[in-house]
Amino acid sequence: MTPDPLAIEIARIPAGNPPPPRARFRTPLSEVLWVRFGLIAIAVAFLALMLALPLAAVFAEAFRRGVEPFLAALVEPDALSAVRLTLFVAAISVPANLLFGLVASWAIAKFQFRGKSFLITLIDLPFSVSPVISGLVYILLFGSYGFIGPWLIANGYQIVFAVPGIVLATIFVTFPFVARQLIPLMEQQGTAEEEAALSLGAGGLRTFWSVTLPNVKWALLYGVLLCNARAMGEFGAVSVVSGHIRGKTNTMPLHVEILYNEYNFVAAFAVATLLALLALVTLVLKSALEWRYGGELAASGRH
Amino acid sequence: MTHAIFALPRPAPSVLPGFGLTMGLTLTWLSLIILIPLAGVFITSAGLGWTEFWRLASDARTVAALKLSFGTALIAAGLNVAFGLLVAWVLVRYSFPGKRLLDAAIDLPFALPTAVAGLAFTALYAPNGWLGSFLVPLGLKVAFTPLGIVVALVFIGLPFVVRTVQPVLADFDKELEEASATLGATRFQTIRRIVLPTLMPPLLTGFALAFARGVGEYGSVIFIAGNIPYVSEIAPLLIVIRLEEFNYAGATAVAAVMLVISFALLFVINLLQAWNRRRIGFAG
Repeated sequence: MTPDPLAIEIARIPAGNPPPPRARFRTPLSEVLWVRFGLIAIAVAFLALMLALPLAAVFAEAFRRGVEPFLAALVEPDALSAVRLTLFVAAISVPANLLFGLVASWAIAKFQFRGKSFLITLIDLPFSVSPVISGLVYILLFGSYGFIGPWLIANGYQIVFAVPGIVLATIFVTFPFVARQLIPLMEQQGTAEEEAALSLGAGGLRTFWSVTLPNVKWALLYGVLLCNARAMGEFGAVSVVSGHIRGKTNTMPLHVEILYNEYNFVAAFAVATLLALLALVTLVLKSALEWRYGGELAASGRH
Repeated sequence: MTHAIFALPRPAPSVLPGFGLTMGLTLTWLSLIILIPLAGVFITSAGLGWTEFWRLASDARTVAALKLSFGTALIAAGLNVAFGLLVAWVLVRYSFPGKRLLDAAIDLPFALPTAVAGLAFTALYAPNGWLGSFLVPLGLKVAFTPLGIVVALVFIGLPFVVRTVQPVLADFDKELEEASATLGATRFQTIRRIVLPTLMPPLLTGFALAFARGVGEYGSVIFIAGNIPYVSEIAPLLIVIRLEEFNYAGATAVAAVMLVISFALLFVINLLQAWNRRRIGFAG
């Protein structure tokens, strides 16, 4: 009886490890090794040049004369009042946008109606408007030559070149952050769970509080995080409406600019490091949320 | 009265409560904070009359500033498409140490206050800066020239392209590449004729987003630009200068031109994203 040729062929294949995987270096679905390394190197060099180097420069310039001038610039009264104003503005504008985001996404994501995508476009509008124009619109409205400004000023209400204007301009530029994070997610989640809660006798508010809100809590936090970073860092819009009164209407970014224009570079960069730290903390928290709760953050396809 | 204005959103039947209340609040707040103030720009422009508006908008300094803003934003967005595609490709397709850190760092321009970015780039490219001290002796002046504006705008626009291309590339069906390879295409042919066409919609969307952002950008640019009228003075800065001169009509005219072009861009972006959704299944 002749042996099966196939069996002989199989017996010839050496036992143990398969041949060394040359294929790991060059499969038809990947590029040649040196191309891969080259592309990675270019990308890393580009990002180092555009992202890492500027960040390093901020800290290097701030500590150029050592630690003492750095600390002195941070505890100086005008700097402290700028920090306080920045925190105050964020403490009003972020909750305002949080509330708006929740209300708007309930109306938009949980119901079907005509003109929905147009409404979302309107909410996204501030992202397409230059920050300077976001400030300008409030000057045209509330300035001393504005539409209702003269009447308000005559009655003792100063909106622009004062804190209310800064808050309004900040709300304008951060308007879409929370809503645009929630709307796609809530649309994807649908209304089945809310309908179940309602059919079991829960009221509307209770349904929202115990069903909808827990479903979107991480996305909400994510939106708030980005909203806060922009609110504290906004420059253009706030610059136009602030009036730049030291110790009164100066936020941290504006304080940085004033110090820089006075050639007080160490102090300017010292205050800038606080803002850079804010950015880094924001990035770390944002990445932590993405890694931990990626699936609960956004509708599929969003990164 | 409310019914005439708010006739648009009438929902399909639903058992969920609160549509009227939440939609009413949404439209009211949206109108008060965004729509009415923005309308003010157009009402003020209309109040100027057409000839006066055209005189202000076609003023030589205004035209130079608008050209500079749109030109530099266009170049920066183009550079962002090239480098953004490269970065997205490397982040999605290859694995290497530090990749997660790099991925997280892409969003730095979103998180870093624009004034800080402007200050940092100025410090880097100033004649005595880390990079400037090498580049200036070579005759390459970046700080205080239009080139500096482009550098700042590349920084600002980078995440837009990377973040729109990345998810599309990650979801790309590898079987198409396999089929192309088995039919004898080289790797270069596969990428050029199979992968790149699929990435066109997100690349264009990212380009448009970066461009729109760059046109209006202010904080990161004014430090590095040098702000010389007719040479390195961007349109948003001209608005600020006109406001400081109490020339509200002049400021409004520049703003109106910018807004009209921005809204046209927004319309294009929406079309592109709809195209994205149809082709790929989602928008970036």
